[in-house]
Amino acid sequence: MSVLLSAHLPALQVVLPLISAPLCVLFRRAGATWLIALIVSWASLGISILLLEQVIANGPISYLLGSWAAPWGIEYKVDMLSAFVMLIVTSIGSISMVFAPNSVNAEIPEDRIYLFYTMYLLTFCGLLGITITGDAFNLFVFLEISSLSSYVLISLGAERNALTAALRYLILGTVGATFYIIGVGLMYQMTGTLNMSDLAERLPAVAETRTILVALGFVTVGIGLKLGLFPVHVWLPNAYAYAPSVVTAFLAATATKVAVYALLRIYFSVFGTKIFAALPIDEFLLLLSLVAILSMSAVAIFQKNAKRLLAYSSVAQVGYMIIGISMVSVTGLTATILHLFNHAMIKGALFLVLAAVFFRIKSVKIEDMAGLGRMMPFSMAAFVVAGFSLVGVPLTVGFVSKWYLILGALEKGWWPVAGLILVSSLLAVIYFWKVIEVAYFKERPAEIGAISEVPAVMLIPMWVLVGANIYFGINTGLSVGAASAAAKLLIGGAP
Amino acid sequence: MIPENAILWAIAIPLIGSIGILASGKSPNLREAITLITAVVMFLVVGSLTHVITGGGRPSVSLIEVFPGIDIKFTVEPLGMLFALVASGLWIVTSLYSIGYMRGNDEANQTRFYFFFAIALASAIGIAFAGNLFTLFLFYEALTLSTFPLVTHHGTPEAKKGGRTYLGVLMSTSIGFLLLAIIWTWNLTGTLEFRPGGILDGNVEGPMVGVLLFLFMFGTGKAALMPFHRWLPAAMVAPTPVSALLHAVAVVKAGVFTVLKIVIYVFGIDFLSGSGANVWLMWAAAITLLFASFIAMRKDNLKARLAYSTVSQLSYIVLGAALATGASVVGGGLHIAMHAFGKITLFFCAGAIYTATHKTLVSELDGIGRKMPITMGAFVIGSLSIIGLPPMAGAWSKFHLMLGAASADQYIFIFVWALSSLLSAAYLMPVIARAFFQPLPKSVGAAATGEGIQEAPLFSLIAISITAAGTFALFFFAGDIANMLAPLAASGK
Repeated sequence: MSVLLSAHLPALQVVLPLISAPLCVLFRRAGATWLIALIVSWASLGISILLLEQVIANGPISYLLGSWAAPWGIEYKVDMLSAFVMLIVTSIGSISMVFAPNSVNAEIPEDRIYLFYTMYLLTFCGLLGITITGDAFNLFVFLEISSLSSYVLISLGAERNALTAALRYLILGTVGATFYIIGVGLMYQMTGTLNMSDLAERLPAVAETRTILVALGFVTVGIGLKLGLFPVHVWLPNAYAYAPSVVTAFLAATATKVAVYALLRIYFSVFGTKIFAALPIDEFLLLLSLVAILSMSAVAIFQKNAKRLLAYSSVAQVGYMIIGISMVSVTGLTATILHLFNHAMIKGALFLVLAAVFFRIKSVKIEDMAGLGRMMPFSMAAFVVAGFSLVGVPLTVGFVSKWYLILGALEKGWWPVAGLILVSSLLAVIYFWKVIEVAYFKERPAEIGAISEVPAVMLIPMWVLVGANIYFGINTGLSVGAASAAAKLLIGGAP
Repeated sequence: MIPENAILWAIAIPLIGSIGILASGKSPNLREAITLITAVVMFLVVGSLTHVITGGGRPSVSLIEVFPGIDIKFTVEPLGMLFALVASGLWIVTSLYSIGYMRGNDEANQTRFYFFFAIALASAIGIAFAGNLFTLFLFYEALTLSTFPLVTHHGTPEAKKGGRTYLGVLMSTSIGFLLLAIIWTWNLTGTLEFRPGGILDGNVEGPMVGVLLFLFMFGTGKAALMPFHRWLPAAMVAPTPVSALLHAVAVVKAGVFTVLKIVIYVFGIDFLSGSGANVWLMWAAAITLLFASFIAMRKDNLKARLAYSTVSQLSYIVLGAALATGASVVGGGLHIAMHAFGKITLFFCAGAIYTATHKTLVSELDGIGRKMPITMGAFVIGSLSIIGLPPMAGAWSKFHLMLGAASADQYIFIFVWALSSLLSAAYLMPVIARAFFQPLPKSVGAAATGEGIQEAPLFSLIAISITAAGTFALFFFAGDIANMLAPLAASGK
């Protein structure tokens, strides 16, 4: 039984959230649906760990869905990179679900709570599907599952603005998905296959043709829209700002990361590094990301809403990941993959704090956060530590990412890039410090009245993430090991 | 205790003490007792390492490998030993002083104050004992962050503004320049270890040596080389014990200590002087040294005057490092200790005057020497040491530094130092002259306070007397310290 089960873990990883989503609709009761989401998230985390262990022990796993042989059937492929990204998604999901009930009950009308958990499970399923699939078209399917359900999640936000934010995301997200599928269609036209490994074998023969280069362009823009690539990030700040707090924490920590994963996968496992010689898309991405890390950090400084501030910061942080990709080197990709993991923990923790703040003061405007340093000492301390990590203070994960990113830039001899990355992290000090100053130096107006710290069920998940920020900042063995192994695979595995 | 354990305990004790301080926040007497005990135990542990170092031992201990090939590692060598002794020893005195000052001024949030003070001291010791650039950077940042709540202690708009400058300058230089220099060094050499003779020789050449030196020196914002000195006067919004221990001793000395350490153990003094990349640094330091003195003369606020004096005195040490000769680095090392005692005495006096009279301006100090003879007597001793006159400690370090300038054939800097002595006399002597030779003001408002003036609280007076006596005593022990530091001069060979 256990042998049978462990052989089918890749399928289970996707099927489990997929079938439990309709279950939620059947149950409808808030508590029951939460329990389902919680159990499924933790079970998926368990599966992720088992898969990672299998990959470390035996190398990449290829799973043929319904036993239809690839390249005709759909192949699920778990290698170091996908196992690592699944670990990120499932651990953030698990922690968010522990945190969720208080916050969700406070922000979403009771008769729609079951919809929240249903849509969460579908998003979760879609993200895991993108990560595990070895088929370019199947990736599109999961991309749509995760996108459609996340539009709903965002529209559940309490303010009316949530609806326009969701609509804008829907329009741009659909454009992105369409661009992606056009790119995949062009590749199919030239090679007659949709399986990624198969594509990788057949593409080199036609790599110089205009059709394939156009396909590369379409796929880049398509995925770029989903990952919040500057300048097609415009949907992101509002979507993050108006979504329910838990949704923001979950999506900020996972959705853009999975999109970056998809880009890595398509670039390095399908096209291969040689494509950059034919079309210098790496230089194009570098330029965009440099503009992103500076301009978006600068824009973040002027935000009045803490969630929006962090949203702009996310666009800048995605820029770091793309810079790593544009280096097309083992160190660069290591930095990118590390930052996937590290940034998930940083932003997850920061947005959970904001969720806690909203839970107490019903606002995340920076000016309303006056005096919280005293009123919510544990939550705000979590914000400070996670903020240090965002800035890249030593012994936090943010420092680890930055170290590898700058090392990658210096290896390439890209002095100005290294300098600009550091300038951008100084901008991060400024925008993060704005919140700290209000929370710690301003007194809370007496007429509003005192508030208390949030309950332990919210503090513990928050501090688990903060603890992870420090633990993986000191003990970098797992994250750096997995990231550099994955990076070597991507660079070396290119045809 | 075996030396390796002593290193770890020296850092752990203040951290443990900080938890005790938090736990005992409800009972001020217990809290202050814990602070004092922690400081004394820490000093004894640090002191227990001294004979190992003078005996030629270099105890070393690694904790965790953070990146492949980069550990959190501590190694004790003479310069770090001296810095650790000065910082931990003066912490005891400052704790005594703080008790008088904080209670005398009814300061709020005293538990937070003592808590972060202990964390800052742990960071300073971490810097002193750092065995590689990575560990040093780690504690360097920890020191910046742990002192921020101390600088902004009062929580007023001025404190917030000062805190912004403090954090802004220190963080931007350390992240923008120092971190870049460290990662570059790692990329060039594959090691971040501090080694006698340096690690860069043979790995970098030509103008790049100068660029790297630039990044390292301006990256160490705590050394307050102009134009990155603004944080130091900004930090004067802090309560005086913070200005005294941190911004005359621990934080600024961490800066110049880092400068010396990098010159000696990363560049190597022979490599640096051979490359010629150090010449610009000599001039940058000399300009800071003179300019800061001129600014000090124009400051009426006593603490601001002392702050600019500190900026000037720090550049003595940077200039010593830049000359890159055996005598000049030993002189720089000596000056860490000598300036520490002199300047902490002056700050203690400034704080005592504030506690007793709530006066902060030099122009308000007429005749105060008669009312506060002990405080102002100590001020005289501190001033003489800063000017560099025997029989005060500052005379010896200046002597060694000038010797270094001579052996580097850079005679001009002997004149720079001589001129600087005159300038420091010009900004310190008027304070003494006013205090002792001017009559007490007779105007209505001041008369009321003039009558009531008496000496500062007892705890503060004890602390002032100890550091003033130390300033005098160090004149006679300078030879021992120079002997301990002698391996620094030889390290280039």
